[in-house]
Amino acid sequence: MAEVLVYVDHVDGAVRKPTLELLTLARRVGEPVAVALGNGAADTAATLAEHGAVKVLTADAPEFAEYLVVPKVDALQAAYEAVSPAAVLVPSSAEGKEIAARLAVRIGSGIITDAVDIEAGADGPVATQSVFAAAFTTKSRVSKGTPVITVKPNSAPVEAAPAAGAVEALSVTFGDAAKGTKIVSRTPRESSGRPELTEAAIVVSGGRGVNGAENFHVIEELADSLGAAVGASRAAVDAGWYPHSNQVGQTGKSVSPQLYVANGISGAIQHRAGMQTSKTIVAVNKDPEAPIFDLVDYGVVGDLFQVVPQLTEEVKARKG
Amino acid sequence: MSLRIVVCVKYVPDATGDRHFAEDLTTDRDAVDGLLSELDEYAVEQALQIADAADDAEITVLTVGPEDAKDALRKALSMGADKGVHVEDDDLHGTDVVGTSLVLAKAVEHVGYDLVLCGMASTDGTMGVLPAILAERLGVPQVTLLSEVAVADGTVTGRRDGDAASEQLQAQLPAVVSVTDQSGEARYPSFKGIMAAKKKPVESLDLSDLGIDADEVGLGGAWTKVEDAAKRPERTAGTIVKDEGEGGKQLAEFLVSQKFI
Ligand SMILES: Cc1cc2nc3c(=O)[nH]c(=O)nc-3n(C[C@H](O)[C@H](O)[C@H](O)COP(=O)(O)OP(=O)(O)OC[C@H]3O[C@@H](n4cnc5c(N)ncnc54)[C@H](O)[C@@H]3O)c2cc1C
Ligand SMILES: Nc1ncnc2c1ncn2[C@@H]1O[C@H](COP(=O)(O)O)[C@@H](O)[C@H]1O
Repeated sequence: MAEVLVYVDHVDGAVRKPTLELLTLARRVGEPVAVALGNGAADTAATLAEHGAVKVLTADAPEFAEYLVVPKVDALQAAYEAVSPAAVLVPSSAEGKEIAARLAVRIGSGIITDAVDIEAGADGPVATQSVFAAAFTTKSRVSKGTPVITVKPNSAPVEAAPAAGAVEALSVTFGDAAKGTKIVSRTPRESSGRPELTEAAIVVSGGRGVNGAENFHVIEELADSLGAAVGASRAAVDAGWYPHSNQVGQTGKSVSPQLYVANGISGAIQHRAGMQTSKTIVAVNKDPEAPIFDLVDYGVVGDLFQVVPQLTEEVKARKG
Repeated sequence: MSLRIVVCVKYVPDATGDRHFAEDLTTDRDAVDGLLSELDEYAVEQALQIADAADDAEITVLTVGPEDAKDALRKALSMGADKGVHVEDDDLHGTDVVGTSLVLAKAVEHVGYDLVLCGMASTDGTMGVLPAILAERLGVPQVTLLSEVAVADGTVTGRRDGDAASEQLQAQLPAVVSVTDQSGEARYPSFKGIMAAKKKPVESLDLSDLGIDADEVGLGGAWTKVEDAAKRPERTAGTIVKDEGEGGKQLAEFLVSQKFI
């Protein structure tokens, strides 16, 4: 069976969930060979093996942390040359997309970004994408070279599928471009203690209707009662009420949770672009004409300051 | 020496219009009005600010697109850019990102540059990868997705807010930079700017001017193929209730019925 390269997104050896989802998809197309780079690369092997990686290629070098993107492209290219895979799959983070795109151009291949599903096809993997703010679903294929495809979080279930996961050191020679962009300093994002926005099963968001940073606790309390991540519209972010890293939409995060709860959000096309593929959508908005109500499975026309705290109390009471 | 800035701007169908696909499964550019991608306005704005801070700078706005794409150039020129370059060729119809990056790379080299500025993503394709590919093709540093950028003494610096961390980046010119919508609101063209833009030069180039073979681009030359495009099924109309004091409880009932609680 052909091998498929899977680029591993991990933090100091802890594999992030989208990579495990990627392994599920990779197994439909071939035998997953994982590529893990940087600090803790070898520590990813056990988890990757549990989820189907037949091999784990690892490399660590200071360049990965000290320079932007290109050293990782050099490494992924080395893995590509060592394995000659049938496809290369990369998680659709901002960095993942850039790594994948540069690799594609280097190896003379086409690239598909932000797939939400992958199936095996007669002429290679077929990728499903959600486009035009999720108004359309397309099926595409890479028609030149080895398919390079990036896949959005929450696009496939995580499945246990034990495999060998043999660790092999990958030898990487960095090219001239590798040291082009220096990462002078790095400030890690402070964890809110809540689930990761793009990975969460439930997202509770607040918009302009929340009317002030000091009111966002209403949204956070509902989120915490449900074990959810907190999102925000751009209006709320631009007003400085909530961090940009929590923005949902075209220029923020794209989320696809089981449940999305929109509070005081009108539902502009750019917001919908980031949440329209959520399985179940509910909204609280005082304007019955708000476009968000076109999307909802359940909507409450009312003041969020009345409805949301009542909901939070109910959730807490029922969960005991 | 003058700082040569090239801003890549895309002409896109208005996102608030009813966008769809043409019969050949390319983006239908006739059905919906086009405009300068809002996300590229941020790149034009940063170019203007960088030019202001430099002793001497020239800003060229560059687009690859159909006839109407000139509108995007005009808008950028009315904001204050100095000249425009429009790459237009019938053979470009259906070109994908790999092909577009080839054309842009040749065009940027044709113009001459110290700094290439891009938006974070186009509002139609929303791939957000072209700047990285452009840097790869040009063989210069990529300094992308910046929410803050500055250029001084041949060095570009900026802040990239990533998923896990916020990074301070630095590279030598020439370089390719992309900026996010956090980089600072774009200015509105003034009346004077709009009038002045009418007199600014716009150079038109076709594929042969850039030494590109028609079969390297277009729908036929594309590296990817869209095989099917289907309108997402309308969501079935949900239940909407008016809060009469029990709205939160009713919503809780719904969440229980869907097993979320
Ligand atoms: C290029 C571009 C990219 C963009 N990217 C994004 C993006 O990534 N994410 C994003 O969200 N937006 C994005 N936008 C902005 C988008 O167009 C909207 O402006 C934004 O989503 C509006 O946010 P909102 O719904 O919170 O505010 P509004 O549209 O002002 O809506 C607020 C809503 O709250 C309701 N409300 C007010 N008070 C209450 C109350 N007490 N109780 C209940 N309801 C109440 C109102 O009825 C209203 O419907 C982008 C725009 C552009 C041009
Ligand atoms: N046809 C085009 N002409 C000029 N610039 C473009 C074109 N397509 C993309 N770009 C630039 O590349 C950026 C990212 O585009 P994309 O990768 O397509 O999302 C845009 O914000 C533009 O700056």
